[in-house]
Amino acid sequence: MKKIEAIIKPFKLDDVKEALNEVGIQGMTISEVKGYGRQKGHKEVYRGAEYVVDFIPKIKIEIVVETDLADKVVETIKKAAYTGKIGDGKIFVLPTEEVIRVRTGEKGKDAI
Amino acid sequence: MKTKSLFITAIVSLIPFSSAFAGEEALNSGDTAWIIVATALVMVMTPAGLALFYGGMSRYKNLLNTIAMTFISYCIASVIWMMWGYTFAFGTDNAGIIGGLNHLFLNGISVNSLSGTIPTYVFVLFQMTFACITVALVLGSIVDRMKFSSWIVFAALWVTFIYCPIAHWVWGGGWMGKMGALDFAGGTVVHINAGVAGLVLAQVLGKRSGYGKEAMFPSSITLTALGAALLWFGWFGFNAGSQLAADGVSGSAFLVTNTSAAMGALSWMFAEWYVNKKPTLLGIASGVVAGLVAITPAAGFVNLPASLIIGLVAGIFGFYCVAIVKKKIGYDDSLDAFGVHGICGLWGALATGLFANPAITEGAAGLFYGNPKQLWIQLVSILATASFTAVGTLIVVYITRFITGGIRVEPEDEINGLDSSLHGERGFEITF
Repeated sequence: MKKIEAIIKPFKLDDVKEALNEVGIQGMTISEVKGYGRQKGHKEVYRGAEYVVDFIPKIKIEIVVETDLADKVVETIKKAAYTGKIGDGKIFVLPTEEVIRVRTGEKGKDAI
Repeated sequence: MKTKSLFITAIVSLIPFSSAFAGEEALNSGDTAWIIVATALVMVMTPAGLALFYGGMSRYKNLLNTIAMTFISYCIASVIWMMWGYTFAFGTDNAGIIGGLNHLFLNGISVNSLSGTIPTYVFVLFQMTFACITVALVLGSIVDRMKFSSWIVFAALWVTFIYCPIAHWVWGGGWMGKMGALDFAGGTVVHINAGVAGLVLAQVLGKRSGYGKEAMFPSSITLTALGAALLWFGWFGFNAGSQLAADGVSGSAFLVTNTSAAMGALSWMFAEWYVNKKPTLLGIASGVVAGLVAITPAAGFVNLPASLIIGLVAGIFGFYCVAIVKKKIGYDDSLDAFGVHGICGLWGALATGLFANPAITEGAAGLFYGNPKQLWIQLVSILATASFTAVGTLIVVYITRFITGGIRVEPEDEINGLDSSLHGERGFEITF
């Protein structure tokens, strides 16, 4: 099993969610995060006082899938989150040892 | 042109009915009704308008403290005004400097007393709302770092010893009014006075910790914009009410007030758009206030074209002062009480000396209507107000410091935020 973490632009969340639904992904966890990479922060000016905002709001999506689905999911996210401009985000793929469904105690791929 | 001369004729024909202090007049129910409403309008400016305007600009951790200081200023000035403030400002004149004690605790005033064509009680209340907002305006310079107890003591002393004498000089039969200084609704008494006092207090208090180094985001520009709208709304009572009658001059004051505010917003926005590449809502809201401040001393004296110029210049001046001059000089006037009220008040007082048109209020003529002396009188009134306030406020600050054992909060409290450290509350509870 793999865990896929994707950092994307917030306004792309709906596109990514729909695209993932189409390839059969049934659930995901998202969080509002902040960070920066090559896309530096921006400047805000209040009555002449300039403040540089380093951290830019992003959405982090977390999904766990069976190993053979991982490439397809990555590809789907890559396509749906793409704008071509700096700051489109990153996708991380991590190995996952175990998944347990709390309610039933099911484990492994049955629990996904 | 024809329409204009007709308009002027109409205004002139109304003048005989507009003199508020003509002695032997009887109560006029129209005037009285309007001033009661105007008083309520001016009241809204302080605990609602100014509280939100300032609160939204302060940091999220000091939002409640800012609103609390504004609220309590209104309460303190309300009580002091009734006890001794009114008599210091409007009691029997003593050498043009200060009112006598004949109206202490409103002694000698009854339900039958008249001030012009309105009951004296209504006049007392209307004037009270001006004292309230003036002291509250000062706190814009010092939010985020002053002890609440010190603010209470300062506000009480300042209303008594700084506001009341100046109000007496200009409106209470004092030397400035006798000299012929024109201040319709408080350019010197309210705005220059509060702006300079704010600057002095901010200098004694020192900069906010982290000023110029860390980002200090306004807690909510939404609240600030709403506050500016309420100030604008209340300002109709402030300016059109200052005629103390429901007549043509008060209608004219209403008209130029709105026009100047709108022009101020436009010019501030365009100036900022040009310089910083973005038209901010904070800039638009600030421009409204700049335009309102500048028209205040002129409201009952100038015509429509003058109000367009007064608002236009106020917006650009205000923007230039808070965005460029402040940065260069390096003082920490947190919410720009001096930059907006001091500077635009100064411009308004001068503009009154330029544009006062005898066709609006008889006998009030500025430089452009053949009376260059008026500009000089205005200048003297500005300098006198600013110097008295600067020195007087400094003394009041030192007395406050002595009474409350320092005026600044502990560094730790300042970092944690005054809402939690001084009031034990929080402005927002937002969770995801």
